[in-house]
Amino acid sequence: MENNETILKVKNIHKSFGDLEVLKGVSFEVKKGETICFIGPSGTGKSTLLRCINLLTQPDQGSVWLGDAEVTNSGKNINHFRQKIGMVFQNFFLFDHLTAIRNVEIALIKVRGMKPKEAREKALEELRQVGMEEWAEHYPAELSGGQAQRVSIARALAMDPDVILFDEPTSALDPELTREVLEVMKKLALAGMTMLVVTHEMGFACSVANRIMFMEHGEIKEQGSPEELMSDTKFERCKNFIGQFDQINGD
Amino acid sequence: MDQAEFLFQILLPVLMEGMIVTIKLIVFTAPFGLILGILVAVGRVYGSKPISLLCKGAVGFIKGTPLLLMLFILYFGLPSIGITLSAFVASLVGFIMCNGAYNSEYIRGAISSIKEGQIIAAQALGMTRMQAVRHIILPQALIRAIPGLSNEFIYLIKYSSLAYMLTVIELTGAGKMVATKYFEFTEVFMIVGIGYLILVTITTIAVMLIERKVAVPGMTQSGRNMLDIL
Repeated sequence: MENNETILKVKNIHKSFGDLEVLKGVSFEVKKGETICFIGPSGTGKSTLLRCINLLTQPDQGSVWLGDAEVTNSGKNINHFRQKIGMVFQNFFLFDHLTAIRNVEIALIKVRGMKPKEAREKALEELRQVGMEEWAEHYPAELSGGQAQRVSIARALAMDPDVILFDEPTSALDPELTREVLEVMKKLALAGMTMLVVTHEMGFACSVANRIMFMEHGEIKEQGSPEELMSDTKFERCKNFIGQFDQINGD
Repeated sequence: MDQAEFLFQILLPVLMEGMIVTIKLIVFTAPFGLILGILVAVGRVYGSKPISLLCKGAVGFIKGTPLLLMLFILYFGLPSIGITLSAFVASLVGFIMCNGAYNSEYIRGAISSIKEGQIIAAQALGMTRMQAVRHIILPQALIRAIPGLSNEFIYLIKYSSLAYMLTVIELTGAGKMVATKYFEFTEVFMIVGIGYLILVTITTIAVMLIERKVAVPGMTQSGRNMLDIL
């Protein structure tokens, strides 16, 4: 797990929407098996950064590398990289017309060209991993938010990705459902999955992340391990941000 | 000659023949109209600029001109440039164009009602845009377009009578022939009307059954509820 092999490189990403510069040159590297949490105020480019990694949003400048291959400028090949870079969304985006298991298997069949029977087995296995096996034949509208999010994690896992991007995976969920999703994510992290997680769940970030990046105004302002975050002075602004949370929560 | 004899010996046999032609017109038009509708809708929403404009223009033209006029052009006009269609084929072509144009509008509306997250999620899994449209967007759009498409199908049943103007002896044409010969307009046309009513009723029930069959929790409830009322 800790073999220090760099799996993802993000170099100097810039992105503007009109006059608004959302990302002002973001760079970082991710080692295999690492979990990195991105925290920071809303609207500081965290989600945009994730979308720039699998080119759902085209960055204006900079490059993204998966292993030794460049993801940016990959042209039609981008679909190959997107299979290797899974993504989990805040609002799940499950396919509304398909049952849970069909959601997981459809890309295996249509993108990977897997035989339906094989795909079904794999999909069932992924659903089992997230504890949703019994709900395989249910439609998204019949699932709770937490269940839907776990299915969407299974859907990402089914493609055997090298990295999974989580874009505020629990922001649409109540605390109880948040916990069930975070537990699945924690299990994945411990199993050695490489994950980039945009989140406001400080508890999760501190207990699971190898590194925490604090973003503000389109830049990574502060970064370090959870221990550094809790003890060091280098996370001054970040602590301020979290402190505001705590005051509201009355902790 | 009493009424029963006129009805069973003369009128109904002729109307049955006309009915068969009407059904042929509908059955040959509907699948091609649906395919055309899908292609044009997808071309308009996801096609390149020229394709999108072409689809938009064609739909605008067809929506903006009377169907009868188009049938006249296809049947009476085209021979002057060397294309001669039989009355039946000319009717079919006209109906398919008209049916396809309106279907495309219903499907386009349904496509734009689908949240963008669906296509984003599909692309994030490595699907090309067209794969996402085919496997994710279109199935959902077609389910949502069923009420509109069935409405258009019902219109088709009724405007198929325009084929009579190109000398195709379908249900209305058959009725007209008998009515003129025996001078029994009210009675004959009422029975012709009942013929269309039967076709439309069958369609309506079939559509409800289809809607119930393809109903997806959270996407559609209408089919189930309507059938319960029946």
